[in-house]
Amino acid sequence: MIRHHLSDSLLTGYSTGSLPEAFSLLVATHVSLCDECRARLEAQDAVGGAVLDSCDGAAMSDSSFAATLALLGGASPEREAREPVEGVFPAPLRDYVGGDADAVRWRPVGGGVRQAILPTAKGASARLLYIPAGTAVPDHGHTGTELTLVLSGAFEDATDHFGPGDVEIADEDLEHTPVAALGEPCICLAVTDAPLRFNGLIPRLLQPFLKI
Amino acid sequence: MTKSFGSFDPLAASLRIRSMLQELAIPGTLPLPIAALMGRAERHEDKGRHDVTADDDNAKAVTWMLAVARDADQQAFASLFARFAPRVKAFLIKSGATPSLAEDCAQDVMATVWRKAGQFDPTRASVATWIFTIARNRRIDILRRDRRPEPQDLPWGPEPEPDQLDAMVLQQDTERLSAALAALPDNQRALIERAYFGDLSHGEIARLTGLPLGTIKSRIRLALEKLRQTMT
Repeated sequence: MIRHHLSDSLLTGYSTGSLPEAFSLLVATHVSLCDECRARLEAQDAVGGAVLDSCDGAAMSDSSFAATLALLGGASPEREAREPVEGVFPAPLRDYVGGDADAVRWRPVGGGVRQAILPTAKGASARLLYIPAGTAVPDHGHTGTELTLVLSGAFEDATDHFGPGDVEIADEDLEHTPVAALGEPCICLAVTDAPLRFNGLIPRLLQPFLKI
Repeated sequence: MTKSFGSFDPLAASLRIRSMLQELAIPGTLPLPIAALMGRAERHEDKGRHDVTADDDNAKAVTWMLAVARDADQQAFASLFARFAPRVKAFLIKSGATPSLAEDCAQDVMATVWRKAGQFDPTRASVATWIFTIARNRRIDILRRDRRPEPQDLPWGPEPEPDQLDAMVLQQDTERLSAALAALPDNQRALIERAYFGDLSHGEIARLTGLPLGTIKSRIRLALEKLRQTMT
């Protein structure tokens, strides 16, 4: 049961196409898991549909329809039998990882915590975090916005408990120490539009090497 | 409700929209086939409504899409092309594409409409909405050169024979949303348009609140639930 959802402004940003790629990845991954947010997103898209529909058309060239048919090369509309996909990661995330959870190329970052940076465009970064059960991620604040989506396991901080599918939205005001819940490791997708700042000296020195 | 954006007052806007929606409300939806929607124009005219043409167009577009999806109907595709390709082109030009790039992309978008026709679900989106999402993704590819992560398709939808009453009601909700947006004061509507043309920063977008989306959201939510129940 997902309790922590995306904000309206994230959904509007995704619908209008104004979010950085890393944030779009997190939104698409959460929406894949959450019917409530899928419905909210599709409602936002309806505004885009209304805007498109109200555009005064720009004339297409005379040959444009023929050119489009040529693009299709006589193919019929696709009939794909879609099978439910097994696995931990929803499709948009698998596209960035190149596979499911077992395909992630983890790098240790100390204290048993591992991470994998995903390739996204400038302006924001995305990484997967693997936090052993009961382990704390170093206490850190944020200079920008950080979103954390739980994929498996759970974590807790002073504000709440976050289980699979839940999104934590942390801004500059939140200083927190997320701790993976006992029982199983927590795997999550974290995106941020600014470098994290760790409060201890050692992590701060390591920061340029960790690229976080 | 303390947020404001220039002269845009979300509370006032949503109240205005609510009263407008009440005026527009079409009482008693009948379980007619989608095609029969096309015959509703006269009844609407009797009541002096002005949104008749658009309503009619919406229903037609749905029948064209379903004809493409089921029967690879090229005539229906030509009709969709005539209606939507020029709008997609205009949308892309307003988003910053040159006319020749916009023309090429509009062709790509319409080719995708044909290929992916089977994914269109009239119980969750109007044809304009569905095509908007394809055009927006194309815009991000072309103008920003970013990848566009998309939510996983529902493995169990859409149904080959969408529920016609559900489809009709969703199309009507979309109509009312369009009418509500069209009735906004020019500066407010322009702001929303700029957001969808990709012309507002995320910070500015965060302040765009008060859009009347509750009804459509609930309707889509029910459609998703129904899909899950049907297929699992």
